[in-house]
Amino acid sequence: MGKLLVKEKEIVVPGEKVAEGMDYLPGIGTYRSGENIFASKVGLTYIDGRAIKLVPLAGKYLPKKGDTIIAQVRDIMFSGWNTDTNSAYTAMLNVKDATSDFIQRGADLSQIYKIDDYLVAKIVTVTSQKLIDLSMKGPGLKKLVGGRIVKITPTKVPRLIGKKGSMVSMIKLATGCRLTVGQNGLVWLAGDDPNKELIAVETINLIERKAHTSGLTDLVKSFLEEKTGTEIKVQGGE
Amino acid sequence: MGYDKRLDGRKHDELREIEAKVGVIKNADGSAYFKIGKTTAYAAVYGPKNIYPKFLADPTKAVLRCHYNMMPFSGMGDRVRPGANRRSKEISMVTENALLPTLELSEFPNSVIDVYIELPETDAGSRCAGICAASLALADAGFIMRDLVAAVAVGKVDDKVVVDLNYDEEALECENGVADIPVAILPQTGEISLLQMDGIVDTAILKEALEVAQKTAKEIYDVQRNALKAKYNEE
Repeated sequence: MGKLLVKEKEIVVPGEKVAEGMDYLPGIGTYRSGENIFASKVGLTYIDGRAIKLVPLAGKYLPKKGDTIIAQVRDIMFSGWNTDTNSAYTAMLNVKDATSDFIQRGADLSQIYKIDDYLVAKIVTVTSQKLIDLSMKGPGLKKLVGGRIVKITPTKVPRLIGKKGSMVSMIKLATGCRLTVGQNGLVWLAGDDPNKELIAVETINLIERKAHTSGLTDLVKSFLEEKTGTEIKVQGGE
Repeated sequence: MGYDKRLDGRKHDELREIEAKVGVIKNADGSAYFKIGKTTAYAAVYGPKNIYPKFLADPTKAVLRCHYNMMPFSGMGDRVRPGANRRSKEISMVTENALLPTLELSEFPNSVIDVYIELPETDAGSRCAGICAASLALADAGFIMRDLVAAVAVGKVDDKVVVDLNYDEEALECENGVADIPVAILPQTGEISLLQMDGIVDTAILKEALEVAQKTAKEIYDVQRNALKAKYNEE
């Protein structure tokens, strides 16, 4: 009979034994060696039936097809833009995927997106060698004008978004800021009131620090209520 | 008369006091501090990121680059001249080799991971402290690792096997001489990823020393594990 050596949502470190025996299966972030299962990352354990998974607590962004990210234009090439994705790799945005407007052959591409511009873009291809293609065609994909960028650990993005976007909507509601979260850990926000913008930044940093704890929604709610001095009524993002 | 009593009064298999902390450098992707006795090591991990010059890239996995550096007034004697030298280049290389067996880098082809190890204060055992700190920093950065790496210097002073030599012991003048054997171990499997030796020992003593090293590596692993967990538990 196998034996589980960790509790649900326990922090484990590489090389730590999480289970004994063949009754359990190694999931993401764990590996089997002989009869035993060990952790291979710093993460929170998550037991799914017989499988033991780890939710990583740290790590750089790994580009994935279909992700919406916030990328920064780094260079302008003949037929598109080279962008920084806050990962180990740069991504290419081709002219034909950049806009639905007609672009003349040989047009000055810096008229469309300049170097240092932030773009909300979708990843359309990732090759095995991590060559990445972006697209700007789709709802919500645009150049970001004004506002500010906040960086968080990419593994904590799901906590910032919350269930069905509940956490993000709560911040939007409490601070009146417009907010876009990229899967790569870049968050763009803009508000009319600089003080409220600052509250939003503080809230994002709070979520980043406390992302691995439970009861995060309540914590953030009371934090926002205290800072803005108004009660937040709507819960959940339905 | 043998070496029955150690110069600083420790037991023969006793480590110096260890202090470890993770996440000490905010701008790094992962960082750690590892202090053993008076030897202090900081490690900062940056990456994976683009590799330049491009011909150094490996299309199958990320490249690990370690940079070991003793700070100018860190040594026991004269000022250490800043910058790379033969000794630091060799230690950087063995540090890479000590860490590579535990890392799974195929996730990041054509990229590089830079590990900077800085030593503000040293009292022997600096490459071991550096490896311990670097392995913590890599774990903190969220890389896939089979195990942490625990490194310690074992050795022989006169006729006794001792653990974690300090500088006074390493430089001791005695009848049978001193041997210093830095070992890096993957604690779960006991695999050895670094083994160097300075001095002369016979086979029996070497075997005894390596057994002691295995036991000590587990103690160091416990300290490392607690340090990694402390980062998330303190708040």
